[in-house]
Amino acid sequence: MRRAWIVVWKDVLSERRSKESLNALVFFSILLLFVFQFALGPERARVEAALPGLLWLGFILSGLLAFGRTFLVERENDCWEGLVLTPGDKSAIYVGKLAGNVLLMAVVEAVLLVLFAVFFGLDFTGVLPGLSLVLALGTLGLASVGTLFGAITAQMRARELLLPVLLLPAVVPILLGSVSATQTVLLGQPLAEAAAWLKLLAAADVVYLVVGLLTFEFVLEG
Amino acid sequence: MAARVLGWLAALALVAGLVAAFGYAPREAVQGNVQRIMYLHVPAVLTAYLAFGLVFLGSLGYLLTRRPGWDRLALAAAEPGVLFTGITIASGSIWGKPTWGTWWTWDARLTSTAVLFLVYVGYLLLRGMVDEPDRRARAAAVVGILGAANIPIVHFSVKWWRALHQPATILGPESSPIATPIALALFTNWIAFTLLFAYLLAKRMQIARLEDMHAG
Repeated sequence: MRRAWIVVWKDVLSERRSKESLNALVFFSILLLFVFQFALGPERARVEAALPGLLWLGFILSGLLAFGRTFLVERENDCWEGLVLTPGDKSAIYVGKLAGNVLLMAVVEAVLLVLFAVFFGLDFTGVLPGLSLVLALGTLGLASVGTLFGAITAQMRARELLLPVLLLPAVVPILLGSVSATQTVLLGQPLAEAAAWLKLLAAADVVYLVVGLLTFEFVLEG
Repeated sequence: MAARVLGWLAALALVAGLVAAFGYAPREAVQGNVQRIMYLHVPAVLTAYLAFGLVFLGSLGYLLTRRPGWDRLALAAAEPGVLFTGITIASGSIWGKPTWGTWWTWDARLTSTAVLFLVYVGYLLLRGMVDEPDRRARAAAVVGILGAANIPIVHFSVKWWRALHQPATILGPESSPIATPIALALFTNWIAFTLLFAYLLAKRMQIARLEDMHAG
């Protein structure tokens, strides 16, 4: 647990000093917003109808960029061996990297929500608690698979191609569950309406996490 | 040697399957001859599930023992698995056009089969990207295990996704108490496909072993 914290701390610190991922991701979210706007046209009803899908499309695209970088930075800075040589349970590194990714995604999601609220004149304040729960469950699932696959593809050629090809079909359940639950929440319906989806998301999160924890040491070997 | 025997058995069974599907099984009352696609469609999908089960087994075996044989099993099962899933989707599409009036519909089972197809195509793509055998085997095994663990989750999520949008209007084309001749023809073809799969598996494992010997 402490080792996981150290990994998170190290990544947060280097991110705070360099800001390379966060700046690019926030800027990327703004660009996405423009793309959505141009693709759908100025009509507000269309944006509102497509909103849950658009939000998750934004999260997943930013996530793809973030997950791809998670372990790439270790390679670029020749720190991979350091990670491999860390004594003890390797799954701590997975947990640390996962937590870092969830954190990064949370910031990007908050920024995207604010941008959506400002640019499309939407108000999320009333639905924020429910929305946060859906976002947390969905993000955890995305990030668990994304961190694991990011570690796998970091060492491969054509990695920027391979990561989406592997990740997107694997996270179909997360995407379906999150979009449906987000829809329910945004329509102002009680959270109980989406209970089945929330349970599915939670179950998927657990399965992905367990697979990630158990298999990560084989990925890390290099 | 064993592979050759399997090959002949598979060939014989496939001929028997053809005879059963076109000669023995009766014309279906509602759909007519189109329904005979079922004898290709259903055995193909059953074989594909068997194949992906073996990918899971091979992946697990490799991570636990690090014996290259397990990895060869996973590879040799994944390739025909993707092939049979492709056959399932293509034959289903051809069957769907005259009966449902469309090549493709986002029905639950269609969608989850398509997702399955994409997952394992990704698996094969991944294998093609790494040259070093142990690294390739480890990476593929992790993806293979996650892919298999994901099958039930994908299944349920897609099912609910459809159920929430519209009631399941598209029902299975066969009327439910299946007639004995149809069931027999189906069974024959299922055996034939399983034998064909076993033959492809044995052959592919043999080739993979030769490849490994050549590389090492």
